Amino acid sequence: MSATVADMHDSHDHHGPVHTGIKRWLFATNHKDIGTLYLVFALVMLFVGGLMALIIRAELFQPGLQFVDPDFFNQMTTMHALIMVFGMIMPAFAGFANWMIPMMIGAPDMALPRLNNWSFWLLPFAATLLVSTLFMPGGAPASGWTLYPPLVLQTGDAFPFAIFAIHLLGISSIMAAINIIVTILNLRTPSMSLLQMPMFVWSWLITAYLLILVMPVLAGGVTMLLMDQFFGTSFFEAAGGGDPVLFQHIFWFFGHPEVYIIILPAFGIISHVIPAFSRKPLFGHNAMVYATACIAFLSCVVWAHHMFTVGMPLAGQMFFMFATMLIAIPTGVKIFNWTATMWQGALTFETPMLFAIAFLFLFTIGGFTGVMMAMVPLDFQYHDSYFIVAHFHYVLVPGALFGAIAGCYFWLPKWTGHMYDERLGKIHFWLTTIFVNLTFFPQHFVGLAGMPRRIPDYAVQFTNFNMMSSIGAFGFGFSQLLLVYVIYKCVKGGAKATAEVWDNPEGLEWTVPSPAPYHTFEVPPVYTPRYGATH
Amino acid sequence: MAQASSKYFVPESTSWPLITSIGLFIMMGGLSILLNGGEIGQYAAYVGVAIVIWMVFVWFGEVIGESENGIYNDRVDMSFRMGMFWFIFSEVMFFACFFGALWYTRNLSLPWLGGEGNNFFTNQLLWEGFERTWPSNGPGNNGGAFEPMAAMGIPAINTAILLTSGVTLTVAHHALKAGKRGVLNTFLALTFILGFIFIGLQAEEYIVAYKDLNLTLETGVYGATFFMLTGFHGLHVTIGATMLLVIWLRCLKGHFTPKKHFAFEGVAWYWHFVDVVWLGLFIFVYWL
Repeated sequence: MSATVADMHDSHDHHGPVHTGIKRWLFATNHKDIGTLYLVFALVMLFVGGLMALIIRAELFQPGLQFVDPDFFNQMTTMHALIMVFGMIMPAFAGFANWMIPMMIGAPDMALPRLNNWSFWLLPFAATLLVSTLFMPGGAPASGWTLYPPLVLQTGDAFPFAIFAIHLLGISSIMAAINIIVTILNLRTPSMSLLQMPMFVWSWLITAYLLILVMPVLAGGVTMLLMDQFFGTSFFEAAGGGDPVLFQHIFWFFGHPEVYIIILPAFGIISHVIPAFSRKPLFGHNAMVYATACIAFLSCVVWAHHMFTVGMPLAGQMFFMFATMLIAIPTGVKIFNWTATMWQGALTFETPMLFAIAFLFLFTIGGFTGVMMAMVPLDFQYHDSYFIVAHFHYVLVPGALFGAIAGCYFWLPKWTGHMYDERLGKIHFWLTTIFVNLTFFPQHFVGLAGMPRRIPDYAVQFTNFNMMSSIGAFGFGFSQLLLVYVIYKCVKGGAKATAEVWDNPEGLEWTVPSPAPYHTFEVPPVYTPRYGATH
Repeated sequence: MAQASSKYFVPESTSWPLITSIGLFIMMGGLSILLNGGEIGQYAAYVGVAIVIWMVFVWFGEVIGESENGIYNDRVDMSFRMGMFWFIFSEVMFFACFFGALWYTRNLSLPWLGGEGNNFFTNQLLWEGFERTWPSNGPGNNGGAFEPMAAMGIPAINTAILLTSGVTLTVAHHALKAGKRGVLNTFLALTFILGFIFIGLQAEEYIVAYKDLNLTLETGVYGATFFMLTGFHGLHVTIGATMLLVIWLRCLKGHFTPKKHFAFEGVAWYWHFVDVVWLGLFIFVYWL
């Protein structure tokens, strides 16, 4: 290859992609192209996982068995979770990271662009391995996404495929996380100090650290499952001196930080949307940084609150209960600061802001139910009921997913150069918010009244609430087609977006034209914080 | 052709990651079919492995070429350093998972099966007469009677070998910095030769375990943790020694300067990492 350092490019805006057509995407090293790939992939998987959710809700519309047999129902709950967690929400935020982090910190691209391409292109293959298990003898894994042994060892031919799919997804996440950390720490414009970094960048820095911390542990855990199944080891078999509960510890050592891996980037997005539409700086920027770090640290020492009913020493229960409740403090700091940002702001309610405010309300509901379940005696009642389903869907759907949708509307004009259709966006918001509550709020009631999760049938007294929930789920699912249409329309055309798009929002990403040039910054820009040195 | 500016380096499009992903996909799909009893799967697995190995050659080859042509500036160098650091951190956590499993079984699950704490009836009703011991293949005597691997035989020799290799590697590094290429080449060669001797002895140890001690993967939780920890470590030593070999070949070709030699240092970090993991293994798996 011809290698010349002398290839200097002073002006870069005439540079577009080297390849056009499919090669541009298959061989991409550009952070924007790869970000787009991640986001499109996530959107597709949203509908794949969503379809499974609708099968679950169709079955639960009435008591009794209507459409699917119980084993397939369990496959649906398992695959819905795995696809939504690993295939939809994590890639979505990785897409945001790819698009926005280099622009926010004044970098030309991600630090390791080829690795970046690999991080993405592992995903479709891993997803293919995972989804293909639906068509195998014995069906897909039906043990729940937690893959507890010995139940998961009853999986048919799908078992090794699912395990290897998780390995590939793990490699993808670890490589993406390494890339993000290196980009933030090494490619940040020298005039931006660590504490001056925008909240989205901070959130992802901490998220990436958590990913590198816990993803290898999950890989180790599922490898042990594989060995137990095929090579006769006894990690999770009492007869050989092992313990199935060991897997639960390993899984939740990964699994609990994982829920913060999912929510922290959403926190980051909300921390940009609310100040922009309040026309005020984010209240307590540094406190937000410390709160995020605090949440991340605590998230690593609370995993066994998922296992209270499994049985553990009293001291263990007490420790995990109090440590879990402690998380409410830094989270409370964040909720308080977002609210305080809006206080006396010049508020307007464009679609991203509507989603951010809905996030604030609805995530808080999910947070409160979380504190309820942190308490050991109460958890004994709530465990494995629909109440927990309502809880984690409130933090994942109007929490993480709303964060992603808010970010999507917020940055679409920057990505495409066009304004999205505000009227359709608002319709999408109201449909989504009404249906999401119709879906998940009644589940609190049936859960508290004793309806168990992961069972395709239920007692007749739960019928009305389940019908509401199912109607809400279908409404929610089909409303998302509107999101696809709004995005499609925005990519195709619309009012020309200015460089700053909104009313003078803060950040380097708003100093470049819309759509952002293919290579954003070839020399580090000078970053001057708007609100004083440390704001 | 890659673009370079005074500040940043952004490579142009690449097909290697996609081909690597396809290779991994074929490899893992093939392995899955093989594990499910389909003999045909092994051929797919071979093809997948071949693709991945080919990609390692091509990808690293290209990067080495770019490096030698002076395309990488200090900032790229720092990106590689940070990337390697965090990669090793992820490896640390992977081993932590298996060390954690070892700790859990020795300190929690085996005592509980033996009736400690509030598990009196677990012991009485399920595993009557089982007493906690270590090494243990559990109350079910999984894998049959066995003898544990003694720490002071091959493992102690292997410890000495790995520690020595750490010293020779450091000598080589100092020689590189001082520009003494002869010393560098000699001591780097010593280092990877010691690495391969380690792997040979480890293989011998496995043969002894399977043939003479009846210590196998199926020997309860002792066999499971023993082989998984030493096995993954052995794999990492193999990778590390191979990387050292590549670095040695590059040194022979005159690559690296006293100031710029990230690849050498990255491999050295990796080697010290497998060294430290081994010390953990020697203490917790073999000795205590």
